[in-house]
Amino acid sequence: MSDDKKKKLKLKVSAIKEGTVIDHIPAQNLFKVISILGLDKIEHQITFGTNLESERLGSKAIIKVTDKFFEDDEINKIALIAPHAKLNIIRDYEVVEKKVVEIPKEIIGIVKCFNPKCITNNETITTRFKVVDSSPIALRCSYCEKHTVGEQIKMV
Amino acid sequence: MKRDLISITDYSKEEYLKIMDLAAEFEANPNQDLLQGKVVASLFFEPSTRTRLSFETAISRLGARIIGIADPGSSSTSKGETLHDTIKMVSNYADLIVMRHPLEGAARYAAEVSHVPVINAGDGANQHPTQTLLDMYSIVKTQGTLDNLNIFMVGDLKYGRTVHSLLMAMSEFENPIFNFIAPPELQMPKEYKMFLREKGIRFFEHREFTDIISEADIIYMTRVQKERFSDPIEYEQVKNVYILRNAMLEKTKPNVKILHPLPRVNEIHTDVDKNQKAYYFEQARNGVFTREAIISHIMNLK
Repeated sequence: MSDDKKKKLKLKVSAIKEGTVIDHIPAQNLFKVISILGLDKIEHQITFGTNLESERLGSKAIIKVTDKFFEDDEINKIALIAPHAKLNIIRDYEVVEKKVVEIPKEIIGIVKCFNPKCITNNETITTRFKVVDSSPIALRCSYCEKHTVGEQIKMV
Repeated sequence: MKRDLISITDYSKEEYLKIMDLAAEFEANPNQDLLQGKVVASLFFEPSTRTRLSFETAISRLGARIIGIADPGSSSTSKGETLHDTIKMVSNYADLIVMRHPLEGAARYAAEVSHVPVINAGDGANQHPTQTLLDMYSIVKTQGTLDNLNIFMVGDLKYGRTVHSLLMAMSEFENPIFNFIAPPELQMPKEYKMFLREKGIRFFEHREFTDIISEADIIYMTRVQKERFSDPIEYEQVKNVYILRNAMLEKTKPNVKILHPLPRVNEIHTDVDKNQKAYYFEQARNGVFTREAIISHIMNLK
């Protein structure tokens, strides 16, 4: 088997001409990433693969979005659930830029406050948190002021 | 831009001092018609007679009219109206909103929805900043300063929002020392201890309520609440350990004052009441002047 053929076989999700490849997403969070980025609501061609082998994550997912280039603010929203995600920016089938995600200073509308007595869990309110620590991630609710930490972090 | 008072940390040290000065001014001259012709909404979504009466007295002494909810059972909320809609409506009627709510973060949210200023009169276990300011006014009035004080906090230091806010506010002043006396189940949470360590402020933790209080300038008592304990036997064991009795005050400093946010149950024995070191009833009276100060500051009248 030629090297090229091996490479093609390894590539389980087809290449794109222009757009963005988001790699190293934990497989169990693929659909959350799709939802947070609003990919279920756009008309671009999207291909994705999941439960792919990954040395680092055990099982990873990958998303390829044709003709879509994300702003940093937009893509950093996934940092909480895909902290090791890597972005490849593709122009004419070539990777022209690589990016990693960064945890933003503020998290708006993604995470649920863990405090059941918080107003955000009792009325329809967009949640808002300040990131006060990064490992483990600690979020301070802008409403009830309680900290939601590590394992307590659940998506809205 | 409108200014709200939701958390004690919304104010700077300069603002704390300004409120202290204004409160003294109102104590000397409580009836000032600064708010004549204004309407203040007093929204108590959970009953708190003490805080409500204190606020409504302050509002009345400033000459404003009061509209409001005193009994949540009779309000539109019980018909299922959202807090959002209630606040939207009330902020179209009133010039200022004073709000008490059982849910944490409700006051911050109301301030976002309202186009008139909001004063938080307590949101669940979260914040009650006017209580803290009246505590500070009681301290400055009796000690002559907010600097270099040794403050003892006793009882439920885990859930007691008043001690947490007082700790944050007093940490802005020179060289405070904190002493925490609490059962193991109700100790000061570690985020507050971390905060003190980061600021280089000295604090000491004790389990026994003993002679160590002889060093105190302020003894801040809180209620040990039965509902905080999962094991009723545990509660029975600790509830009588943290009772302040008159005899315990013998060796304390002449300037020491005993504060308590009230209501008390049994944690301060009634034999303390006659001691001139007892200050909790005057503390409640100071609340009216402090709230007059806060309201006139928020409304840009002083």
